[in-house]
Amino acid sequence: MKKFLSFMLALCLAVSLAACGGTGSSAPAADSASAGTDAPADSTPADGAGEPAASGTAIRIGGIGPVTGGAAEYGLAVRGGAEIAIAELNARGGQQYVLQFEDDEHDPEKAVNAYNTLKDWGMQVLVGTVTSAPCVAVEAETAADNMFQLTPSGSAEDCIKEENAFRMCFSDPEQGTLSADYIADNQLAAKVAVIYDSSDPYSSGIHDAFIAQAKAKNLEVVADEAFTADSNKDFNVQLGKAKSAGAELVFIPFYYSEAALVLQQAKAMDFAPIFFGCDGMDGLLAVENFDTSLAEGVMLMTPFTAAATDDMTASFVAAYKEAYGQEPNQFAADAYDCIYAIDAAIQKAGVTGDMDASAICDALKDAFTQITLDGLTGKGITWDASGAPTKSPLVFVIQNGAYEAA
Amino acid sequence: MQFLSYLVNGISLGSIYAVIALGYTMVYGIARMLNFAHGDVIMVGGYIAFTVMTTMGMPALAGICAAVLVCTLLGVAIERVAYKPLREAPSLAVLITAIGMSYLLQNLALLVFGSAPKSFSSVIALQPLRLFDGALIITGETLTTILASAAIMAGLTLFVNKTKVGHAMLAVSEDRGAAQLMGINVNATISLTFAIGSALAAVAGVLLCSAYPSLTPTTGAMPGIKAFVAAVFGGIGSIPGAMLGGVLLGVIQSLSTAYISSQMADAIVFGVLIIVLLVRPTGILGKQTREKV
Repeated sequence: MKKFLSFMLALCLAVSLAACGGTGSSAPAADSASAGTDAPADSTPADGAGEPAASGTAIRIGGIGPVTGGAAEYGLAVRGGAEIAIAELNARGGQQYVLQFEDDEHDPEKAVNAYNTLKDWGMQVLVGTVTSAPCVAVEAETAADNMFQLTPSGSAEDCIKEENAFRMCFSDPEQGTLSADYIADNQLAAKVAVIYDSSDPYSSGIHDAFIAQAKAKNLEVVADEAFTADSNKDFNVQLGKAKSAGAELVFIPFYYSEAALVLQQAKAMDFAPIFFGCDGMDGLLAVENFDTSLAEGVMLMTPFTAAATDDMTASFVAAYKEAYGQEPNQFAADAYDCIYAIDAAIQKAGVTGDMDASAICDALKDAFTQITLDGLTGKGITWDASGAPTKSPLVFVIQNGAYEAA
Repeated sequence: MQFLSYLVNGISLGSIYAVIALGYTMVYGIARMLNFAHGDVIMVGGYIAFTVMTTMGMPALAGICAAVLVCTLLGVAIERVAYKPLREAPSLAVLITAIGMSYLLQNLALLVFGSAPKSFSSVIALQPLRLFDGALIITGETLTTILASAAIMAGLTLFVNKTKVGHAMLAVSEDRGAAQLMGINVNATISLTFAIGSALAAVAGVLLCSAYPSLTPTTGAMPGIKAFVAAVFGGIGSIPGAMLGGVLLGVIQSLSTAYISSQMADAIVFGVLIIVLLVRPTGILGKQTREKV
């Protein structure tokens, strides 16, 4: 037994040494999760960056997001949107890009593993992660490594707390504030109820800002109800309280899979207020076998819709449909814009593929505050040094099973 | 009136927990193992019914029958492949195998059906009951779930106490070795238990998805765990206990959401569970057994 064990240990050692010699990057990358101060930060990307230089000067963009699991819809959309943008940019000529996308199953621990895998591959810029909680976990790693990170859809405030991290979408509190503003300014309702997922930072971030802004705008919040991820099937009690309090509008800042249940249960109890959601609601109409009549009149604030008719959206929607057989959602559009924003910043800063990730990060941090992007999710998007974008939100209402501008 | 509607809601939610808990408690009572894959068999039942009804466009009854059939076979197969070889192994090994089986089923479902949620069409055509001028609405799903779980509980109790096979099950649960010496085919009895438990899981899956029509590969996981809690709450191994535990769990959850705090509902449910187990470690209706030394 002992002999066998020592043989296995020797084998492990040999394999890891061989791996070191082969790529020169796997060992420090594997360590950096636990020993970020060990100064592998510079050496790892530098080692990795040697390879793309040899095969031309393509810049290696890594992506992280859930492509399996409960939030896979978002990760798949981001991957698809990014792939389309990269294909377009590569076809254009000039700076070339390669994309590798790793799965995190919407799990912070797996996201960090995915990040390490991408570093082994020689990633120079990170687009990700798609969902907030993994994004915050990965951000701690990218900050230690000085790796430029642009999240398409990680909307928690903490997603951009480090100075190497930028974002494409609105933050959660911004969505809450903007939603309350919109509801008050358009006088959609005087009595408002809120149902939110208190176990989810996305949902509770929007909720907290919404409640604060609703007070400031004199909206009467008649019911403020929570649920958690462990009991996210039954909303009858929460809806019942909103109904008996006389709510005219129910604000539901969470994802569409739960929203579908809320709409069905509200209908079963003859409760028909205006339902108002945020960008997590996008995707509702694509649920297989979903009775879209339930969603009639639902409003949502999201920066993108496939129904828009401008040339840019139309050509993106056509390309996405051809490649993946379904309409792109906001996440796909965010990812598409991310790639174009990175390209714009790379042009601006004169970054080349043979630079290491840390040097690219320093250049991009600066360039991002100077570029202006006309993207799918907004025209004239600019960034400040905090990493937050400035763009105007759009509100849609679902009519006849499709989004209409409200 | 609000109170009544919250109460009905709690009973309805609890009845679903109860149907799932019946499967847990059956298997635990007879095979002395916690089948953590039970929740995922429920999910498989939901997907089979969805495929037959929505993708193939067949009537609801065909969907239910197909779900029951497939889940029964699946349950027996799981038992044969994953649990039977471990019959003499320590219970911890079987527990880990069951957890592994649970993840295996979830990930297989991910591969086959994808991660995007599917909207399940209710199999229940019953019109909702509107009482007190619509102040209290009881949906067909609620009524059916409550009736079905009561009927299943009664049926199971009769089956176990009145039939020969049922007596064999009781004997196996009392003392496996002695039962074998008495000429009872222990392996066949345990397989039958799994078959019944899995058939119940299929019914629970269809009921769960009819009441809460969002179907994903993790649909069964959380209700499965809640139902396990309900089974322990009521006294694991006891059939009426599973029913009682499930309903109580649902009612406590519903009422604490309504009257105490929706943020605290889960904490309250599990707080009550801890108190009950402190006072009665075997659950409300669990048998107090003395270990003979």
